[in-house]
This record gives sequence, C-alpha cells and structure tokens, in this order.
Amino acid sequence: MLRIRNLKSYYGHLQALKGVSLHIEEGEIVTLIGANGAGKTTLLNSIAGIISSKEGQILLNGKDITHLPPPQIVKQGISLVPEGRQLFTPLSVMDNLLLGAYQRFNRKTKDQIHDDLERVFQIFPILKERKKQIAGTLSGGEQQMLAIARALMSKPKILLLDEPSMGLAPKIVTEIFHIIAELRERGTTIFLVEQNARAALRIADRGYVLETGRMVMEGYSEELLGNKEIERAYLGRGLLKVWE
Amino acid sequence: MSIWNPKIENITREKIEQLQLERLQATITRVYRSVPFYRESFDRMGITPEDIDSLSKLSRLPFTNRETLIKNYPYGMFAVPLREVVRLQCTSGPGGEPLVIGYTKNDINHWTEISARVLKAAGVDKEDVVQISLDYGLFGEGLGFHYGAELIGSSVIPGSDTDPLRQLLIMRDYRTTVLLSTPSFAQKLIAAVKEKMIPLASLQLKVGILSGEPLSEGLRSSIEEGLKLKILTSYSPAELPGPKVAAECKEARRLHIFEDQFIPEIIDPHTGEPLPPGREGELVLTTIAREAFPLIRYRTGDLTTISVDPCPCGRSLVSMQEVKGRTDNMIIVDGVSFFPAQIRQILAQIEGIEPHFRLIIDREGTRDVVNIMVEVSENIFFDEMKKLQLLKAKIEEKIHQELGIKVRVRLAEKESLSQLDSEKIVIDHRPK
Repeated sequence: MLRIRNLKSYYGHLQALKGVSLHIEEGEIVTLIGANGAGKTTLLNSIAGIISSKEGQILLNGKDITHLPPPQIVKQGISLVPEGRQLFTPLSVMDNLLLGAYQRFNRKTKDQIHDDLERVFQIFPILKERKKQIAGTLSGGEQQMLAIARALMSKPKILLLDEPSMGLAPKIVTEIFHIIAELRERGTTIFLVEQNARAALRIADRGYVLETGRMVMEGYSEELLGNKEIERAYLGRGLLKVWE
Repeated sequence: MSIWNPKIENITREKIEQLQLERLQATITRVYRSVPFYRESFDRMGITPEDIDSLSKLSRLPFTNRETLIKNYPYGMFAVPLREVVRLQCTSGPGGEPLVIGYTKNDINHWTEISARVLKAAGVDKEDVVQISLDYGLFGEGLGFHYGAELIGSSVIPGSDTDPLRQLLIMRDYRTTVLLSTPSFAQKLIAAVKEKMIPLASLQLKVGILSGEPLSEGLRSSIEEGLKLKILTSYSPAELPGPKVAAECKEARRLHIFEDQFIPEIIDPHTGEPLPPGREGELVLTTIAREAFPLIRYRTGDLTTISVDPCPCGRSLVSMQEVKGRTDNMIIVDGVSFFPAQIRQILAQIEGIEPHFRLIIDREGTRDVVNIMVEVSENIFFDEMKKLQLLKAKIEEKIHQELGIKVRVRLAEKESLSQLDSEKIVIDHRPK
C-alpha cells in the first residue's frame, strides 16, 4: 500500500534521513522503533508532507505522493496524529473533531460526516460524553484519544501515529494500544512510531529499527523481540511492565 | 498447492524488490558498523552505505570469497557479539582450512522456515514420516532439515548418516515416506536392498530429497529406479552450512531461489562484471536476512544461469539451473569451456560404461588434444573389438555433439578409475 524508497530528508543542511526504504501493506500495523534523534518523527513528517525538503520516492498504492503538500496527502488517505497531540486546545471536543474533517467538508458530505462522528464516538465513548468540553481541559489520555479521533475524521487509509503513549500513565497506555489494535480490526492500516518498543511490537505485525537516519533492521515483530541487540537497546525491562 | 509460505513464494516482482532493497540497506548498514572487513573494503573503494540506493548499486560493492572467510577465521566475519550466537556450525575451505559460521536465534528460525519451504516444495506434509539420513554433526545438514520437518508437523526419524542396513529396516518397519540423504548414502541403501533382497514393495517411500553432493541426471534416475521414489534436490554452496539457497519444486524440478533471504547475481568469472538473466556465469550471493554471519556478494565458485521465466508450480521466485561446474575446475580447450561434471553427465547416459573417467589434456603443435579414459561396466568383453570400437565412437560423438569438443576415448577396466580423487580426474600437460 505504502512504499518508500530511499527517502532522504533535510533540515536545512542537516540530513536527518539518509536513504530510508520501507513498505506497509494494507491492514498491517507496522511499527518504527529507534532512539531519540534517530529520525522517527522526521520520517512521519516527511510522509505527511510537513517536511518538503526531501529526495527519494513515496508511493501510495502506486501513486507518487513524494512532493504533494500536506492537505493533498490527507486527501490521498494519509492522516497524522502528531507527537504531543497538537490539539486546538481552546476549542471544544466537537470542534476539534469537525476540524479533522475540514478538507472534505461541504454540503454534500454533511450527512457522511455526521455518520463518521457517530462511528468515532463508538470507538471513543468518553469523547461523546465530553463533546462540549474544551479540549485543553481533558486529561492526557482523553487528549490522545481526541487526537486520534480527529485524524480518523479525515477517513484515512493509513494512520500515522507519533508517540501516542508519551506522557501517559501505564494504564492509559494499555488502553490506547487496545484502541490502536481495534482500529486495525476496523480496517485502518497503521504506522506506529513508539518509544515504548515492546508494547508497540506486541500489537504490530512487523517493525523497522531506525538508527541515525538509517534502517538497521526489518522483520516480523517476534523476530525483533527476539533480537538481543534490540532488546538491549530498546526493550528495557521497565517497559515490559507497562504492557503486561 | 505445496507451497509453505505463499506470501513470499508467490510474491510479486515489485514487492520482492522493495523487500530486498530494505533488507539490503539494513544489512549493509549493519556490516559496515560491525564487520571490520566490510568497513575497510567499503572505505577503500570510497563507498558508504548511503550509496546503495537501489538494488542495481549492489554491483558496486566488493566481493567476498572463500579466502576472505579463511583469513578472518574464526570470528572475524561475525556481525554480532558471540553472546548473541546460539549455534556454531563448522565447515572447511577448499584446502581443508577450518571455517566456522554462527547463528543467532532468529538465524536458526529462518533456517527452519527455509527447510520447511524446501520440504514442502517436494510435497512433504504433516502426514509424512520423514527419515533424515544426513549428518547431524558439525555441518548441521541433518539438524536444519530436522527442525523444518518438525515445523511442518511431519513425524521425523533422526537417522543420521550411519548404518545403511539398520536404516533400511527402520525405513521398512516405520513406513518412511520421505528420505533425506546424500546421493552416496542413497546408493548404499540401494546396495543394502539388493544384498538383503528386501522387496521394494515393502517400502513406502514417495520422495527423496538429496543434498550434500553433486547429483547428475544419470545418478538421479538410477536412485529413482533403485528405491522407486521421486528424487528432488536443493542448492547451497558446498562450504556454507545453513539455510538452503534454492529448492526444486516437484512440478517442474526448477531450483527456486529464496529471494527474501538471498540476492543472487550472475557474474562473468573472469571480469567480475554482472551478466543478465539467461547468461551462464558464477553465482554470487548476498544474504539479506542473516544477523550473525552476513555475506555481501559472496563468490560461490558455482557456475549456473538464472531464469526469470514463470514456473508451472506457481512460485514467482527466480530459478537457477543445477550447478554446471565450478569456476576453479573449468577447463578451456581450444577456446571452448566445459566442466568435468558435464562429461560425467554425458557418460551417465551411455549404456555399457560407468561414469568414472580421467581427462588427459595435451598440446600437439598449436592444438589441444583431450584424451578421456572411461571405465566400462563388466558386461562388456574386451575381445569384442567391433563392439568396443562402436562404443568409443558413440562416446566421442556424443561429447562432440553436446560440448563441441573433439576427444579421443580410451576404455579402461571396471573399477580402475572409480577410486580416483577428484583432483586427479583432470591431468593437464599443456604448458602454462
């Protein structure tokens, strides 16, 4: 579904990605693990079009989307849940959700968007309860749910998730990961960037390991979980408890 | 259909190339970081891992060969620390130099998966009783298949490669359906069948998967005849224990290369230049899924061709021809190149002789002259001059037809040549 060949991205003169290749098949959860500064967020932002200074190729179902601007990429079916949620905190939960559907909003799609809201509320009942509440007053876990729900309002084929567990209590992290698994069951393909590598590999089909802008490993989740080097570098024992 | 992993074995070209590029780039990054030999040789050629931005750039990387492995013995080529290695298998170089290859847990799992693919391609499934009459020791051929057969769920008999007679009785009593052995062990089994007059009808064998030694067409059909089963084979470089590189499908007997594990290239053995599909040359392999012992552009010394034609078995993986010979025993006579193995194959098809021979090459003036001593089987009488003359002419003609070289045949007594070491098969008197 998504194929990336040899992606190189730059921040000014600084090269953050040094030729990254990866693929995601329809219906998969694929995770990207790596240390801070490896280039994980850069990779997501490059796919989403937020970073435009890049070489290489990003293909979505065979179509080259490498140099499309972000709104076009959302239209093609890729939606990003950014690191740190980036909600419109002064606005209500409902307004945040509707803004997620902004680029497809017109008179004809009004009913559809209403249906989609209901669908999203099914997954996140808490958001329905709090739909009139100001987003900034939600708890961390609820904010993360809202960020995911907002991205779903654009009806993405692929959801890009950047550190969804960041700053959340272990119990909430477990809940977020259950929701991610459920989204896949409902047909959304997922590319998950996570610091909590063990939890991510537990729900993912495959994973990639990024080190200073280069992929060093690709494989099924169980292979990566069984790799001693990855275990040492990314699967600290403390993280084990979060998921188990 | 007997395909173990359709997701890989029926993969589209576009998808396999994507997967190969990803795994190649990760492998290159890892070896550059962890294997001094590769870091130094890339640096020397001014290549960084980032330069490998497409599969075609692979051909810019330096080769690895057997001498490299010998020089870096024992652990110099390992890409992970020894504590991550869960198994060591031993082998040897061409001159008997020791070599050791390490495997991580994931490497062993891949090996098991590949063995399951090899077995499944031959039609093995969980109802089968699989007798593994292969070495379980340092080379690990038996172990590799053992794990694969257990993964499929077959009933596995770890026979190892000893006592053919006892194994034959096990085979009969346990109703073995699949035999794994070397061609020579299969021949020992045939001899035991004859010696003990065990009726072939009392055996349930349906397929034999032979490995470890070259298998000529003649040998294949004589084993098929002798044990009444179908023979299939697989390929991996003789000096490298570990997962098979390719396995024959039962539908078309084509050796499909496991391209998710290896990137194959065919090169001109003299210039090192890559050759297109269909051209014969030396097989070069890059491992793209190995953790402990990755190899970049390893020169196998084996000569073959790669075919990208679709196969009736449904596998989309490319296939290679059975190895025709080795770069290190290729013979060139008057500009025509051939291998002793090809002579052996031709002789195996002719009745009245054994496929044992000696090649003696001389130079007369400017021409090369090839004499071949061929062993006759005992049912030929040396007093029947005419018959002998006809046989000689037939061999000479057949070799000329198939290889395009003129040879003179001399016939030798039975068992006078069969004991020759492989190095003494060819005697080249030509001035170097």
